[in-house]
Amino acid sequence: MYRNNMTRKEIERRFAERRPEDEKLLRTLRNCDRRHFLRTSLRFAGMAAAASLVPHQSFQLVNVAHAAIPGASPDQAFRFAYISDTHLYDRGLDHRFVTSVLKAVEDVNALDPQPDFVLFGGDLAQLGRPGELELGRQLLGEVRAPLRMIVGEHDWYLDLGEKWREFFGPDYYSFDHKGIHFVALNSVVEKDFWTEKGYTPEERMAIVAGLDDNRQSPFEVGAEQRDWLQKDLAQVERKTPIIVFSHSPLYKLYKPWNFWTDDADEVQALLRPFKTVTVIHGHTHQLLTNRIRNIQFHGLLSTAWPWPYAPEGLPEYTVQMFRADPFNALDGCGDGAVDVLPNGRVDKHYNLWARNPRTVTAKQLAKRRPPEGGGHQGPSY
Amino acid sequence: MTRRNRTTTLILTFYCAGFLLAAIGLAVAASGDDAVARRSGDPALHEAWAARVVWACDRRKLVIVEGVRPDEPIPPQRAQLVADLLQDLMRYCNEEITARLGVDQRITVSARGLVHEDYLPGGPLPIVPASYGEPTRRERLIWAAALEKLVTEGDRLFHSDEIGSNGIACAMCHPHASGTHPETYPKFQTQLKKVALLRDMVNWCILNPLEGEELAADDPRMMALEAYILAQRNGKVIEVGKH
Repeated sequence: MYRNNMTRKEIERRFAERRPEDEKLLRTLRNCDRRHFLRTSLRFAGMAAAASLVPHQSFQLVNVAHAAIPGASPDQAFRFAYISDTHLYDRGLDHRFVTSVLKAVEDVNALDPQPDFVLFGGDLAQLGRPGELELGRQLLGEVRAPLRMIVGEHDWYLDLGEKWREFFGPDYYSFDHKGIHFVALNSVVEKDFWTEKGYTPEERMAIVAGLDDNRQSPFEVGAEQRDWLQKDLAQVERKTPIIVFSHSPLYKLYKPWNFWTDDADEVQALLRPFKTVTVIHGHTHQLLTNRIRNIQFHGLLSTAWPWPYAPEGLPEYTVQMFRADPFNALDGCGDGAVDVLPNGRVDKHYNLWARNPRTVTAKQLAKRRPPEGGGHQGPSY
Repeated sequence: MTRRNRTTTLILTFYCAGFLLAAIGLAVAASGDDAVARRSGDPALHEAWAARVVWACDRRKLVIVEGVRPDEPIPPQRAQLVADLLQDLMRYCNEEITARLGVDQRITVSARGLVHEDYLPGGPLPIVPASYGEPTRRERLIWAAALEKLVTEGDRLFHSDEIGSNGIACAMCHPHASGTHPETYPKFQTQLKKVALLRDMVNWCILNPLEGEELAADDPRMMALEAYILAQRNGKVIEVGKH
């Protein structure tokens, strides 16, 4: 709310000047209904803009209101939170990636009311080492809500998932929650590129851990899981909303970085008969939105670092996050939550640690035309 | 003859006239072949048999026209050949080249005083010096390999945790060096509050996210990193100072 180059004194003075007015506004916001909301928030935005507190384009009044009225959604609606792509090293508890996870855990534990569960979007470890996975298990063990785990390539390619499955169970599964059918997939299956070349497990892991290392194979869900998925979905009514969790996006964005699932078309075909499908995925470390027919796709933020956008293939439904400030270790990182609406669609919240939060709503995505400013606008300098 | 060729010939004829006039004047003034012989050290010129020398205006290229005495006019057809040849050799602007036009119209050239080799106008110089002039395929390969070696080392370092201390590598935030935009440096780096070069930002990243030690500007590792980053952005327009 306040400029980041203000001195402490300035901030205090400004706060003192504005407090009575702000408090009145916040009180109104807390009690507001749909009718009052727009008027109040517009006043708020106008005031903020007039005081040059925030640049217009980044003012997220919708999110402020969402955050201010937790639990206001109708009966069936619920919320789950997420933490993703922590990329932990086993190098002591003062490593910056560890402090980031602690921050994320604090965030989701502070949610009131508590989310129904917390999704972990994969890449708990950096190099799949038992120590890293164990550290991750301990850190995530502090989460108050139940955990749902997804596996990422960084967790998998040292021992092909042995330790991960020992800790967290099967790498693909499904469950039902409040009328939604949830499916968790292991979408980071790679065709064997290591045997022929004689790579050691460590080398294999290091290659896969390199996002731009072209010695690896493209990600896929694979025939085994597709068969399983087909059977799993056969028992689900067509009108039941489906939410799929995967690590890689279940569409083809940019192959050189494995922002890609090679059999995405086949997986999408299995999901096509259902009216309402949402895919929530990790791996891309950025605000990422897509819609392909009946399927809406949302990426997750990483707690460790943000990726730049791929040089091509960005879905036009994505409104880019401006490039992260390297001088702020938390910028572009964060966690977030997913509000599941009564109709089974979701509003996706990005809780960016160093910027205003952003929300991509189901309503925005349902529009026939992609949002203004979506897709690629040239390199984001 | 195509229209384009006719035009070219016309232009060359003008050049040719210029060359010839200059050549005749100079040949007379410098008493001909002896001066050339002293300058180029070409023993062939000491031979008493008939040869006339025509200089290019840059005083670096000359054609020895065999079978024509110094005081004899060059027949128009051969004069045209001489003019064309000099014009062609002007491609190698900084080179000293001696060409011979034989009585059988065979052309040989000698660059930098090396032995005469057959030459086809428009083609590469048969002996190509190490700098300037048109590189041979072999030279291009050697240079490319030397560059590739540096870029490959940069690639390795960029993807390795060895220049940092906490396991983090450059490529973790910058796959294929994306988001580094080296073509915008130097620029005022707002966070550093001064004008920075690419290497200043490389060092900043080594010091901070990687928690490593700064590299000197001439450290081979810094050179390799810069080479890799720039090579990834080959073909991009330089936009110094862009934000």
